[in-house]
Amino acid sequence: MATIGIAFGNSTSSIAFVREDGKVDVIADPDGDRFIDSALSYVGSKEYHGAQAIGQLIRNSDNTVVNFRDFIGVPFDKIDATYSEHSAMPINVDGKVGYEINGERITVDEIAKRHLKHIAKDAEDYLGEKIEGVVMTVPFDFTKEQKELLTKISGEAGLHVLQLIHEPSSALLAHLSAKEELLDDKVYVVADFGGVRSDAAVIAVRGGIFTVLSAEQTSKIGGSELDSALMDFCAKDFKKKFKTDATTTDRSYAKLHAACLISKKTLSNVESAPVSVDSLAGGLDYHTSINRMRFEVVARNVFSQMAAFVEDVIKKAGLETLDIDSVLLSGGSSNIPKIARNMEFIFPETTTIIAPSLDSKLQNPNELNCRGAALQASLISSFDADEIRQSQEPDVISTKQLSQPIGVKGANGEFITLLPKNTVYPIKKVISLEASADDVLVELYEGKRTVKETVEEPEKDEEDEEDEDDEEDEPDIIREVVYVPSKLLGQLALKGAGKGKKVDVIINIRKEGKVQLTARAGSAVAKGVIV
Amino acid sequence: MSLPALSSDITFNAVSKFSEPVVAAVEPVGQYFLAHATRTLQDRTWSEYERIKAEKASEEQSDDADDSDDFDEVTDEDLLKHDPRDWKTCDLYAVLGLNRLRYRATSDQIDRAYRKQVLTFHPDKQGEKGGFQDGFFKIIQKAYETLTDPTKRRQFESVDEAAEVKPPSGKYEFFEAWVPVFSSEARFSTKQPVPELGDKESSREQVEDFYKFWNNFDSWRSFEFLDEDVPDDTSNRDHKRYIEKKNNNARRKRKTEDNKRLSDLVKKAHSEDPRIKAFKQAEKEEKARKKWEREAGARQAAEEAKAKAEAEAKAKADADAKAHIEKAEHKKSKEAIKSAKKKSKRGIRNAVKESKYFGDDGKAALIDADIETLLGYYEFDELVSVAEKVEGASPEEVKNVLQESAKKSGKTFVYF
Ligand SMILES: Nc1ncnc2c1ncn2[C@@H]1O[C@H](COP(=O)(O)OP(=O)(O)O)[C@@H](O)[C@H]1O
Repeated sequence: MATIGIAFGNSTSSIAFVREDGKVDVIADPDGDRFIDSALSYVGSKEYHGAQAIGQLIRNSDNTVVNFRDFIGVPFDKIDATYSEHSAMPINVDGKVGYEINGERITVDEIAKRHLKHIAKDAEDYLGEKIEGVVMTVPFDFTKEQKELLTKISGEAGLHVLQLIHEPSSALLAHLSAKEELLDDKVYVVADFGGVRSDAAVIAVRGGIFTVLSAEQTSKIGGSELDSALMDFCAKDFKKKFKTDATTTDRSYAKLHAACLISKKTLSNVESAPVSVDSLAGGLDYHTSINRMRFEVVARNVFSQMAAFVEDVIKKAGLETLDIDSVLLSGGSSNIPKIARNMEFIFPETTTIIAPSLDSKLQNPNELNCRGAALQASLISSFDADEIRQSQEPDVISTKQLSQPIGVKGANGEFITLLPKNTVYPIKKVISLEASADDVLVELYEGKRTVKETVEEPEKDEEDEEDEDDEEDEPDIIREVVYVPSKLLGQLALKGAGKGKKVDVIINIRKEGKVQLTARAGSAVAKGVIV
Repeated sequence: MSLPALSSDITFNAVSKFSEPVVAAVEPVGQYFLAHATRTLQDRTWSEYERIKAEKASEEQSDDADDSDDFDEVTDEDLLKHDPRDWKTCDLYAVLGLNRLRYRATSDQIDRAYRKQVLTFHPDKQGEKGGFQDGFFKIIQKAYETLTDPTKRRQFESVDEAAEVKPPSGKYEFFEAWVPVFSSEARFSTKQPVPELGDKESSREQVEDFYKFWNNFDSWRSFEFLDEDVPDDTSNRDHKRYIEKKNNNARRKRKTEDNKRLSDLVKKAHSEDPRIKAFKQAEKEEKARKKWEREAGARQAAEEAKAKAEAEAKAKADADAKAHIEKAEHKKSKEAIKSAKKKSKRGIRNAVKESKYFGDDGKAALIDADIETLLGYYEFDELVSVAEKVEGASPEEVKNVLQESAKKSGKTFVYF
């Protein structure tokens, strides 16, 4: 009996599990795909799933269902069916979303169930054992009703849901666990660029606990828009060459889409890729080659919207890009180097961009969601159902957090952070400092955020001196967030620490908010409590 | 970073409470959240909770299969009194009483071993018995923390000397001695399962696969566990970098040494493996046999070729002889025919002379001329039969025979 993690996306679904040795493996479906297309297609009584169903879009688009996950639990009159245009169109089935397949009316719940049945089978075939429970990821904006419905549908498909977790948190968990950086207190942006939607969240990680400070989603930008940009370019080119429109029928649309999709993905790894379609329209073949730069130009609107979208979510959290320690790129489209480059451009140098094009050793951004889910599944597999349920109850999840950072004042008057803002308490933390004298003063402060601006004179390049138009010579202003001591909370004297010796400063905040401060150097100990 | 000097005469001064907290929802994911959740749910301090959990678990446990035999009691005084700050130098498996299971211990067994130790060594319990410092309890917690974190467990396992089985030396039984060595080394393999050493009966393929696997062994063994502690951010950065560098170098060096150690070990086993020797011997014999066979083949081929050549030569000689005879015979018969022709012609001419030109002597020249025409016309058979007919015949008869055949020839004659 195994527990697994599943990422159920609009475009693709993936499955992962934690091996005996603690490593996470992503499972491939029988076609060898680790990113299993969330698609079903019907020809007569035959059902196709995954990539095979996508293949049916060319000949059988009316009976092929794609991009349906977001319709689960949403009334028919509330949905946006843009992304169904070239496949089976949603219809109203008793107020719910449904599809008409070979004359039969099927609800989206049933479609989701059939999809998950395939996923369950793929997992069981691969693992050779029954699936005992799953942790599944859902977008941050999934409603309670949607979550309940998805849990029910999964159960009917043979997947017992232990827990539904949010995609950005799952991705971050996967990344930080792999890097063993869970205990580094940092603020992250998790930017998930998928197929028909993109999501971003600002997440504070404190003592290994995640708090979502803001989240945004959009169905206006994603891989589909990139596909469209590329298709537009090709269709225009085709029209110019042959005076024939390649976008009028679902069939030629599907053919061109399939070809552009391949080229797009190829361009994530290499500088140039062919686009090749046999008999695209009017019996004419289309062959061209596209390079990365061209792609980046034709899709530049989408790329800049993606960057703006990330800036928005930071603003929504009341922060600036300066406050973000790291940006984690997840989702299939995050394989694209240009997105990472745009991030580098909008963030200061102090922000780390975590993207495969910048660090080839990283996990595939498209696998982060399912990997995190698998880790969570393995963590909770030893708990019983009751404990898991209780752990998600509001009184456990809602926590008291520091609204200001707490730290001590250093010998140079600087603020040395002990506990950053958004730290959940009760908590205990130790840092080691050096004693600048035999007897030292430990002053506990709250910190205040300030922005320090340093003007960096451009280095005069000898050879450049003759240059007339030296725009480069404008001074760079480097902005960085610096916390300064603001509100004094308490003072503690540590006598006999010994100059140059190591002093451990220990802060312990109790549940009721009682702060216990301890300083220790060798056998010298001082303590105080602030109530 | 350092703390300022004390400039006033205070001991402690509580000045203010920290600002009003915010209440926010956290994400229910990850091990640290789960720790938070369990604490919140139990609303008890951590250690109390742990103890209750352990007690509860061990109650449930008693129904389960009794594997307490797998666990050992900790009796080693040195271990019990070990400085918890130096916990890394302890045998962490021994700390949990898993001396024998070691790397074979499942996570379930580690959990149970831990619970058992918590029940025995929890400071509260020890208090009741008036026993130890809580130092050893801290080590137990460290051991549990390390062995339940897959990465840390590997790091410890990498340096777990007690689990190491030294390659044998001196006189020993090959399989008895080497099986434990390889099964201990196998735990470091990234590829699992690891092929087993096998026994005398193993097939050549199995044995070769085995050594091939070990010669390409991909080991996850690493040596972080022996790192010197890196001072945290707050102290001197250069020093920190220096220590990190030193650690990295040490790790690399140890890894290289370990690779060499393993490769030597595999070489040694290979060179001493009786099966390899047997295979080599068999191979040698097989080679010899093959060679013999190959040569036998050559010999046979040579013989066959020779026989064939002989047969061919003989056939040719026979054919030649036959042709020769035929030719000779042909020649003979030709000569015979020639002489027979001559004889017959002579006979015919004589018969004409003897019959005195049939009384027509005056026309002898004409008759001779006609005879010659006639003789030139005759085919061999007719020539012979005419010659036979005219021999000893009367002049009348000779004339008739010749006249008849002259008429039959259709040629023009003067006399006939
Ligand atoms: N290597 C790649 N390079 C560029 N785009 C990719 C790559 N792999 C997948 N994609 C795109 O990512 C999108 C799917 O992302 P995914 O995260 O699976 O979406 P969702 O979460 O909505 O299911 C698709 O538009 C697909 O074309």
